[in-house]
Amino acid sequence: MANSADVDKSIYYVPESGWYPVFLAFGLMLTVTGLAGWLNDVSAGGTGDATQSTIGFAIVALVLYSWFAKVIEENTAGLNNESVQKSYVWGMGWFIFSEVMFFAAFFGALFYVRSFVVPWLGGEGDKGISNYLWPAFEATWPVVQNPDPALFANPGESMQAPGVTDVSAWTAYLPFYNTVILLSSSVTVHFAHDAIKSQNRQKLIGWLGLTVLLGAIFLVLQVEEYIHAYTELGLTLGSGIYGSTFFILTGFHGFHVTLGTFMLLIQLFRAIKGHFSPKDCFGFEASSWYWHFVDVVWVGLFFFVYVF
Amino acid sequence: MSEVIHADHHDDHAHGPEKGLKRWLFTTNHKDIGTLYLWFSFAMFLVGGVLALVIRAELFQPGLQFVQPEFFNQMTTNHGLIMVFGAIMPAFVGLANWLIPMQVGAPDMALPRMNNLSFWILPFAFGMMISTLFMEGGGPNFGWTFYAPLSTTYAPPSVTYFIFAVHLMGASSIMGSINIIATILNMRAPGMTLMKMPMFVWTWLITAYLLIAVMPVLAGAVTMMLFDIHFGTSFFNAAGGGDPVMFQHIFWFFGHPEVYIMILPAFGIVSHIIPAFARKRLFGYTSMVYAVASIAFLSFIVWAHHMFTVGMPLAGQLFFMYSTMLIAVPTGVKVFNWISTMWRGSMTFETPMLFAIAFVVLFTMGGFSGLMLAITPVDYQYHDTYFVVAHFHYVLVPGALFSIIAAVYFWFPKWTGKMYDETLGKIHFWLSFVGVNVTFFPQHFSGLAGMPRRIPDYPLQFADFNMISSVGAFIFGLSQVFFLYVIIKSLRSGAPATGRSWEGAKGLEWTLPSPAPYHSFTQPPVVKDEEVLG
Repeated sequence: MANSADVDKSIYYVPESGWYPVFLAFGLMLTVTGLAGWLNDVSAGGTGDATQSTIGFAIVALVLYSWFAKVIEENTAGLNNESVQKSYVWGMGWFIFSEVMFFAAFFGALFYVRSFVVPWLGGEGDKGISNYLWPAFEATWPVVQNPDPALFANPGESMQAPGVTDVSAWTAYLPFYNTVILLSSSVTVHFAHDAIKSQNRQKLIGWLGLTVLLGAIFLVLQVEEYIHAYTELGLTLGSGIYGSTFFILTGFHGFHVTLGTFMLLIQLFRAIKGHFSPKDCFGFEASSWYWHFVDVVWVGLFFFVYVF
Repeated sequence: MSEVIHADHHDDHAHGPEKGLKRWLFTTNHKDIGTLYLWFSFAMFLVGGVLALVIRAELFQPGLQFVQPEFFNQMTTNHGLIMVFGAIMPAFVGLANWLIPMQVGAPDMALPRMNNLSFWILPFAFGMMISTLFMEGGGPNFGWTFYAPLSTTYAPPSVTYFIFAVHLMGASSIMGSINIIATILNMRAPGMTLMKMPMFVWTWLITAYLLIAVMPVLAGAVTMMLFDIHFGTSFFNAAGGGDPVMFQHIFWFFGHPEVYIMILPAFGIVSHIIPAFARKRLFGYTSMVYAVASIAFLSFIVWAHHMFTVGMPLAGQLFFMYSTMLIAVPTGVKVFNWISTMWRGSMTFETPMLFAIAFVVLFTMGGFSGLMLAITPVDYQYHDTYFVVAHFHYVLVPGALFSIIAAVYFWFPKWTGKMYDETLGKIHFWLSFVGVNVTFFPQHFSGLAGMPRRIPDYPLQFADFNMISSVGAFIFGLSQVFFLYVIIKSLRSGAPATGRSWEGAKGLEWTLPSPAPYHSFTQPPVVKDEEVLG
């Protein structure tokens, strides 16, 4: 590997051809076809077989590991000049924007259901005639009485936040704690960034470790909340539109928190190895932007899924 | 910024391609990847074309002759999906790969490995999608728009594979777009300011933004379908408080920008070819840029014109009618500029120019039928008839597809170092031109007379129009096989091409020798105004 001293910094580094992408594409295909076969089998009453998707996922994981290791190695060798770094910044920025639009689809669905579909089904507004389908249905949000409870069992209870003044109820309200945890983690990751800038590795490891810990606690509480919903409240994916929107929004958010925590964990290992310098810490920065994005989505969720 | 290609001293291949299959599987070179995209899209074009010919063979006469209605539905669905996602879009990405680094004076794309990944996802995704046709219960049969509940409650089990295939295609498009944006914004040669960028680069920059904004929404839509099918949710089921119409809103929020994703790069291509063969600078460059940006913006606020008859409040119908009609303004600006570019030019009519002029004329016709469809009360009559089929085929076949063919002829000498055979190219043009009009023009009439789309059988009164249409379709289909022959013949025995293959061609790519070197610009070129602005 070239030594960083003899690399021409005016060069835009174009990597040699490599095996990662085509194997990653193959692994992805294996994963999703396996998953599709599995889901179809389970929906048809079978037991399902996850072998293929597990193998596919292992290939994906292996390729990603090698790919990122290679990129880090190239960067350490000094091959990535400022311009290449800038391409990474643009890449991550627009990737996060695409993620925002992914959530926009689900938020859009939530808003459309709440402002149009449910009132119309309840007989209000321009298309109130749809109430003829299920005349007994009344428009409320959260929908705890479904139009056709025989097809979609009513949820026993919703996850709605207590009234603003009801302090004792808030202290027992899990999503409130999760909000505090996630917002704090955005602050701690920012302190970690400051630690890189002031070249204090101990502080960096401390703050970054704390951020990962907060992410993990958030996830544990989220799982706790789901167990509570399924076993005690009777709120499931199958409980009509409230359960559908609730679980798809919080579920995909939780999935993204998992991803973000994992990314930060990798950066923690890299920090322990001494990878980052004030001028060269893209891996850390990208993960922290992702983390802030996940945080912002949660704020939206907290208000539109839980509070209002 | 000064970028030159990395010369890795311990790798002899750094300046040339690897040998054999490994070159194509492992490549990080924008030209190789562009070539892969173009051949892949041509293969998909032929597959989608065969499905179209199954449709036209069945519709040659009334009654059921060749296929059953269930299979016919799979043909219309897969024809649409393959042509949109497998033929047109990858062809434009292939052109972007070949041209953008050369046109902005860069050595390669900004993120070369991811570029390879974007491509290689596609063969796997389409392998999955096409394999559904052979699965138990058949392939997707709900139309390329996959409206719920046809695609959820009443879908064949293979829909799960279809959903994941769409996820993969979306991932590919998003990564491709990120790469294009990073290349354009980060790797332009010194002196190439935004308002000096070639039109193809501009149109792709805006297209890439559209893709990043809407492909994730499509992913969201198919994810909700997946949950409705397998996890008991009720997004698109009113019995649980959801709404099948909501699917249409989400789909078309993706779908309408998608329509412009398939036409904006075409605008860019035509804006290169017409000035080259009129030997004049492009008329109204600045207004062209703003027109493209306006069309892109408007594409986000017109989606419900696809669903006027679904039952939507009057205020919604009015809003979407007027916003849709507004698109005619920037589009009109573009057509005006192309014609003004030709005005008093020293015109010659080589094959790319013929395709480009046909584009301007026939795309405008497709635009006008679009204006008719935008009028809500009138749309009540046209909705889901063959008039709609005629409309969007006029903007997609002599529109998007003709621009791609024009681009292939125009840049072929630059890519291969060889000229195509002009006589054969002209024969290809006239066969395609006649074929496309014979196929789709009569569909306006059958549509206005009330023939619904997506049916395998029809009343006798539509027989003549359908027969003409089917004859045209076979002419058009065979003329694209002829295109393949022209390309292969020119590759093998074309006359050598010069660096500036066309007298009037302007732009950085024409300053390179033909064929262009493996890594386009090893040193950033000097950007001269008369070169990049024409």
